[in-house]
Amino acid sequence: MNNKNRFQQKIAFGFLWSAAILTVIILAAVLGYIMYRGLGKISWDFLTTVPKKMGQEGGILTPLIGTLYFVVLTIIIATPIGVGTAIYFTEYMKDGKLMGIIRFSTEALAGVPSIVFGLFGFAFFVTLLKPITGGWSIISGALTAAIMILPTIIRTSEEALKTVPRSYKEGSLALGASHFYTIRKVVLPNALPGILTGILLSIGRAVGETAALLLTLGGSLRVVHSIFSPTRTLAMHLYLVAMEVGDFDMAFASGAVLIILILFINFLANLVIKSFKKA
Amino acid sequence: MKKLKEKLAEKFLLIVSLISVLALGLIGVFIFREGWPAIRETGLLNFIFGTTWEGTKGIFGVGAMIIGSMVVTFVALVIGVPLGLAVAIFLAEIAPKRMAKIVRPATTLLAGIPSVVYGLFGLIVVVPFVRFLTQKIYGSQADPLISSGLGVLSAAIILAIMILPTIVNIAEDSIRAVPREFKEGSLALGATHWQTIVKVLMPAAGSGIVAGIVLAMGRAIGETMAVIMVAGNAAVIPMSIFSKVRTLTGNIAIEMSYAQGLHSSALFATGIVLFVFIMLINSLATYIIKRGGIISE
Repeated sequence: MNNKNRFQQKIAFGFLWSAAILTVIILAAVLGYIMYRGLGKISWDFLTTVPKKMGQEGGILTPLIGTLYFVVLTIIIATPIGVGTAIYFTEYMKDGKLMGIIRFSTEALAGVPSIVFGLFGFAFFVTLLKPITGGWSIISGALTAAIMILPTIIRTSEEALKTVPRSYKEGSLALGASHFYTIRKVVLPNALPGILTGILLSIGRAVGETAALLLTLGGSLRVVHSIFSPTRTLAMHLYLVAMEVGDFDMAFASGAVLIILILFINFLANLVIKSFKKA
Repeated sequence: MKKLKEKLAEKFLLIVSLISVLALGLIGVFIFREGWPAIRETGLLNFIFGTTWEGTKGIFGVGAMIIGSMVVTFVALVIGVPLGLAVAIFLAEIAPKRMAKIVRPATTLLAGIPSVVYGLFGLIVVVPFVRFLTQKIYGSQADPLISSGLGVLSAAIILAIMILPTIVNIAEDSIRAVPREFKEGSLALGATHWQTIVKVLMPAAGSGIVAGIVLAMGRAIGETMAVIMVAGNAAVIPMSIFSKVRTLTGNIAIEMSYAQGLHSSALFATGIVLFVFIMLINSLATYIIKRGGIISE
């Protein structure tokens, strides 16, 4: 009996081990294959020339610039709103009906599929607000994506704000500083690494987003000169050259650059977390 | 003066935090407003249960897509849940530190890979593999609807990988949240570690695990890009696991670029169906989490 149980456990643990190893293999396979097919094409030239023939020739300069514009603008819009909401949650809000409604909304937003955000962005920012946003444009895409990443920024900022020791705050208040002054000078600076990690995670999400942007960013291949002109991001470029042009070499090269970007962002986030833990 | 500034700051932050509420409200209002004409024209029941979709001819029935989304999600869960649970148990219970240091970042990275990258990988690696399978089974002369490699199975395999991190994270958290005494009691009674995992830890962590699976389901139904790249997107009810399939999300993403008038409205109406589905699933997850008393994420 005892032997049988032990044998059973051996088999079960063997299965658990294989599942864990399989997960690592899957990751290695996806990353490795994209790199294997894409890395060879990447060169300084590739990164700094504009795409030609719908992306079949030339490089990826325009999608790179488009990604940069789009991500920076999205973060500029989403960060103050997200951090502001988190401050209100942790510092001012008392439990109640209003709290429940705002909480429900942020949680619900986190679950909305990106294509639905895209539909909304198309109907609201691209169509209705066309006189302001210029229709399909970086600003329309950034506003849409800002709403998408809002829940992430709120949640991570809130967690960061909660970890600031109460004694810091009480000390400041006891010295006669006002509540808002204390938030600005004591609470926020101490929560900064946590907030930064949340922003980096959101950048990662914005860089990889595609579905919502297909309906709001326009997909133009021309070099951007203002936030009111249409563009495409690297992730969109990958999709469009793969599915509409059918040029997989170009898609793999874009994918490789995309993965390097994501890995770099992840690395930065880890760095911030580590420096935070040391402090 | 100082008091006034304090008051202003508080009011300002209140307004800022109401933006989320406003955004959710606007999303609901605009999707419904834009989608309503198509539903009114077609009739709600015809729209939901109709299985013919010919967008450019004005025939709108999303029945096949609803079934498509469900089938793809179901198969993805069948593949992803056992794997995810196994990894979660591994990490929570038996992983040596060194191994955990590799597996945990690996799942984090899996969550960070953009869906178009999964789509590309699926299209070039998974689809040919599935095509090879179907040709072994049906021969090379089979109907392209089931022998192209594009379809339910390919989409489900890719989705299973994409939802893996969600399942692993939430399940691991819930297993770790089980009080130590439970486990120690079981081991003290002479149960093996594996018996303790199956008979004590899993049931105790049950509601958290179920909530994780439900959240993963929501993610799978909402995923767009990876799915449209490998699903083949034929608007038919899939009769085989190899059949091409179109999901609700795919319907919107594929046709939105050229749809006009009522056709465009019908795509927004597809968005309504999707929106309602997701809201139901997420409420279910929240309910399970609250009832189980486990705070995840």
